[in-house]
Amino acid sequence: MGVLQIAVVILLLLLIVKPLGTYMYHVFSNQPNKTDKVFGGFEKLIYKISGLTERKAMTWKKYTISLILTNVVLVAVGYLILRLQNYLPFNPNGIDNMEPTTAFNTIISFMTNTNLQHYSGETGLSYFGQMAVIIMMMFTSAVTGIVVAIAFIRGITSKGKTLGNFFEDFVKGHTRLLLPMAVVVTLVLVGLKVPQTLDANITVTTVEGVKQTIATGPVASLVSIKHLGTNGGGFFGVNSSHPFENPTPLTNVIEMLSMWCIPASLTYTYGKFARNRKQGWVIFGAMSVLFLLFLSLAYVSESNGNPALTKLGLNTEQGSMEGKEMRFGIAQSALFTTVTTAATTGTVNNMHDTLTPLGGITPLAQMMLNVVFGGDGVGLVNMLMYAIIGVFICGLMVGRTPEFLGRKIEPKEMKLITVALLAHPLIILGPTAIAFLTDLGKGAISNPGFHGISQILYEYTSSAANNGSGFEGLADGTTFWNVTTGLVMLFGRYISIVALLAVAGSLVKKQPVPETIGTFRTDNTLFTGILIGVVLIIGALTFLPVIALGPIAEYLSIR
Amino acid sequence: MNQSNKGSLNATLIKTAIVDSFRKLNPLVMMKNPVMFVVEVGTILVFLMMILPSYFNAEGRFGYNLAVFCILFFTILFANFAEALAEGRGKAQADSLKQAKKDTEAKKLQKNGTIKVVSSETLRKGDIVLVEIGDLIPGDGEIIEGLASIDESAITGESAPVIKEAGGDFSSVTGGTKVVSDSIKVRITADPGESFLDKMISLVEGAKRQKTPNEIALNILLVTLTIIFLLVVVTLVPIAKYVGVNLEISTLVALLVCLIPTTIGALLSAIGIAGMDRVTRFNVLAMSGKAVEAAGDINTIILDKTGTITFGNRLAAQFVPAGDASENDVREMAVITSLYDETPEGRSVLELAKKQGGQWDATHYEGCEIIPFTAEERMSGLDLNGVSWRKGAVDSIRQYVTKLGGKVPHDLQEKSDEISKKGGTPLAVAIDDRIVGLIYLKDTVKPGMRERFDELRKMGIKTIMCTGDNPLTAATIAKEAGVDEFIAESKPEDKIRVIREEQEKGKLVAMTGDGTNDAPALAQADVGLAMNSGTIAAKEAANMVDLDSDPTKIIEVVAIGKQLLMTRGSLTTFSIANDIAKYFAIIPAMFMVAIPQMQVLNIMGLHSPTTAILSALIFNAIIIPLLIPLAMKGVKYVPMSANKLLSRNILIYGLGGVIVPFVGIKIIDLLVTLFTVS
Repeated sequence: MGVLQIAVVILLLLLIVKPLGTYMYHVFSNQPNKTDKVFGGFEKLIYKISGLTERKAMTWKKYTISLILTNVVLVAVGYLILRLQNYLPFNPNGIDNMEPTTAFNTIISFMTNTNLQHYSGETGLSYFGQMAVIIMMMFTSAVTGIVVAIAFIRGITSKGKTLGNFFEDFVKGHTRLLLPMAVVVTLVLVGLKVPQTLDANITVTTVEGVKQTIATGPVASLVSIKHLGTNGGGFFGVNSSHPFENPTPLTNVIEMLSMWCIPASLTYTYGKFARNRKQGWVIFGAMSVLFLLFLSLAYVSESNGNPALTKLGLNTEQGSMEGKEMRFGIAQSALFTTVTTAATTGTVNNMHDTLTPLGGITPLAQMMLNVVFGGDGVGLVNMLMYAIIGVFICGLMVGRTPEFLGRKIEPKEMKLITVALLAHPLIILGPTAIAFLTDLGKGAISNPGFHGISQILYEYTSSAANNGSGFEGLADGTTFWNVTTGLVMLFGRYISIVALLAVAGSLVKKQPVPETIGTFRTDNTLFTGILIGVVLIIGALTFLPVIALGPIAEYLSIR
Repeated sequence: MNQSNKGSLNATLIKTAIVDSFRKLNPLVMMKNPVMFVVEVGTILVFLMMILPSYFNAEGRFGYNLAVFCILFFTILFANFAEALAEGRGKAQADSLKQAKKDTEAKKLQKNGTIKVVSSETLRKGDIVLVEIGDLIPGDGEIIEGLASIDESAITGESAPVIKEAGGDFSSVTGGTKVVSDSIKVRITADPGESFLDKMISLVEGAKRQKTPNEIALNILLVTLTIIFLLVVVTLVPIAKYVGVNLEISTLVALLVCLIPTTIGALLSAIGIAGMDRVTRFNVLAMSGKAVEAAGDINTIILDKTGTITFGNRLAAQFVPAGDASENDVREMAVITSLYDETPEGRSVLELAKKQGGQWDATHYEGCEIIPFTAEERMSGLDLNGVSWRKGAVDSIRQYVTKLGGKVPHDLQEKSDEISKKGGTPLAVAIDDRIVGLIYLKDTVKPGMRERFDELRKMGIKTIMCTGDNPLTAATIAKEAGVDEFIAESKPEDKIRVIREEQEKGKLVAMTGDGTNDAPALAQADVGLAMNSGTIAAKEAANMVDLDSDPTKIIEVVAIGKQLLMTRGSLTTFSIANDIAKYFAIIPAMFMVAIPQMQVLNIMGLHSPTTAILSALIFNAIIIPLLIPLAMKGVKYVPMSANKLLSRNILIYGLGGVIVPFVGIKIIDLLVTLFTVS
């Protein structure tokens, strides 16, 4: 039954990839098409208001600077709102202004598409804060990621000097992609009983006669973009395991597909841009194989239950249900966990802290690799970076200077790629080691021993991968955690974006080498295998020692 | 590059390389190779732990630290040895060249016409010297007067002298070569230190070796991997401490050294040097490693027809009778006219006749009057006892016969036109006033060319043939040789046009040439191979010079370039793939003392944590010398499609790289256990 549930969701995804990928291609190919009629007028209005009458294509530098500056402005506005939310409207529950380091962490967290939450939505944010900061950034950060992917794709598939106009891409990403999709998903969720209101929390008297406050608010609209934008920040503290965010297995499936569809379909978009759809399928294939690998690990290990409990003579036939919702069960929980960390969304429908040790490797490893579908846009770009590394190592073996899509990979590109390659382990392992050196870090661990290693490692891995889910056991609401994870999220997002856009800027200028029989092909099964191998070997070599000390040691000690 | 120097590894070479391996331990030298530099720093650290154990809490661990130190030390030595050996082979060649570059005396012509004997070192561009029989040519230059045969064996290894003369494409001479007949006046074209010989010496010595872009890019990747693993090892300390695992510094150094790509790091420069060396041994002088690697990337090769694809001489292919004569008549007469004809055409007539089973007795014609070929008469043959046999250009023979009152066969014109159309040259054969037929002379494609073009096609390389022939002739030869495209009636500027067109499509183009009018095209091409017999201008414009002046060598140069890149890629893949097994050896070993359950990960069943770490480290060290021969020789290159090539190499070096260390480490562990227990 479990496997069938999983198979159905994967099948649905496969049905979405081609149409959505094609649609995104039409949105960003800048060639006249049918959607212009629908959205053109509205966009013209936006362009007119913002003075974007001339939308010239930009060099990578201009594109990147425009992107960063836009993000900086959004951060500044968002920070002010969080710090002043008590004085602003739509605050029926009288929520106070946010404390500075938490506000810093929160704003970075949402701008970087991470959505690590060191606050609880019900008590930490006004409705205005939720809508004007959280929901707004859920759109802008996701579109930022998508346009990065589009610019990168243009860089490796076209010839010239420019990567497109950032502002036009940015507007179109909202008007033609995320806004319409979010409206549809919101309406569906409302139809499936997810609340959407601006009324204050409801106070009720329970059957036991106790007064209880039931938190509510504009939930459906947030939940839709939370997934579509691979954001993951929940309206409520417990995120998508809360019955108002994710009431039924059906909403669970919709939420999974929402966060999965754009990263997966972008591979097809890439194939369309490359004028060779096989190129896209190779990337999709490599991502899928890795996904299935990790999904199996999580599903099997959660189904087998907790060996420590089995030893006590408890019946674990149901699998390890600790921290999981009865309405989802093992299959829907394991799949959700795998999807949310693959697409680096970070929304959770079960508590990752209570995953079995081996099952816990799945979310950790996927975030460490950061290429299994990945967040909107950035996942594809990261995978393409690995493809370039794979081409570089293996391409030499056919006796030619390595080339990717006909573009030679030379020292300049390698330098930039290694910056991105190096940044990820540096900002995971560095801060983790620092945390273990101080009591500020070690003190936050709630389960000492090997599990403690997993807790801290997970927190930084999730921040670096801009995922945002947490091993919630960690007491991470302190200045130390706010600042360190804030910085990790910041570096995790922008170092690789800038470095890889620079790669695109360099590749776009190169004269493509025509393909011959002597060309190293990147559109066949062999290359899919190479890509998987490169990702696994580089990833495994980097993170195996800490994984051995964390989850593996934990597993071995309770076995 | 004399033949005698082509011997590979000899005792002196190895001895010098061993000495050099120690000399290269100097950290300032090591720094150029960041991967091995990290190993050296680790080695020094372990050494300090050995001699000052109290500073590192390493008391009582002397034996273990000593073992780690020794293995690390040998790892570095092996890496240095690989590089020194590759350099040493180049140096040996350079030494033999230096002998040719001895300071010689030059007979400098003064303005007033007198001769002054000066040292060759004092000669400058534009000076004119007289070189007489037995003299060494004092510097690179151009013959401005005279003709001489010159022994160029000092450079080419070829002992047969070559003829050089003023004017034309064979006027350039190289310093250090010897005039063996006649005397010439030479205008010097290079200042001392910039001559061809100087360039050659510095090239083969590797003194000015610059890393190629590809090598730099790979180095960047290797350095990044090294930094990542350094990060992994350093951050492991506090994390492991949290769960009560205290890691020894020497163990951490061992882990680091096993993980960083030492194998490829140690062999990288040796691969580059050896690749250049292979080209040099092949008697091709590449001006840079970049040029050799560019050869691997070539998409299009432009080849001259004459001399490269065909022999350039027109050889007899068929005897065509005319009128009422038979083929046998034509053959017989043709043989008689060619008995004393020493031209290639003449000899080919005899060869063809022999092949067709013709027999003759040359003694019959002894004492005849030989009529040699002249430019005016345009025919040759012999007269004996009042009978004349002639062969020659169709027009000439026709006039000759008509003058004697003979008749021209009615089908002669038709048949001769047919031969011309097919790209051949017809020669008419006559006995007295009777024309018996025609000899079909054909430009012959060198044997094996078709196979080589097939190989090139398998590698995805297009061949374009350039020829001055008419399109019909060109098409015939192109089809016969199996080239992909041809340019007929081509002028020198056509070559450069074709190169530009190909380059605009993103292709890399190689070409060969020797004349001055080839120079612009040689410079435009990505790989230009000039013939040593060619002009200075051609040699200057090219980025490779073939000392044997064999234009077909460009094909081998492409193969060598590919092989160089393949070797680099294969060993990188092997090196990285090795890490998996090393992890399975070291990680359980590191944690087993504190976390006994880690034993499960010891899938190789290694004896103890200590033997596991030492075995992995020993494997890491000895794999370097074991791979030196492969690095020097290069991985085997068989022309085939990129996909097949990739599958093959991934299987050997990727999968092999995963499996070999599992086996190797296990065997070493058994040996180490045996040794320590007994």
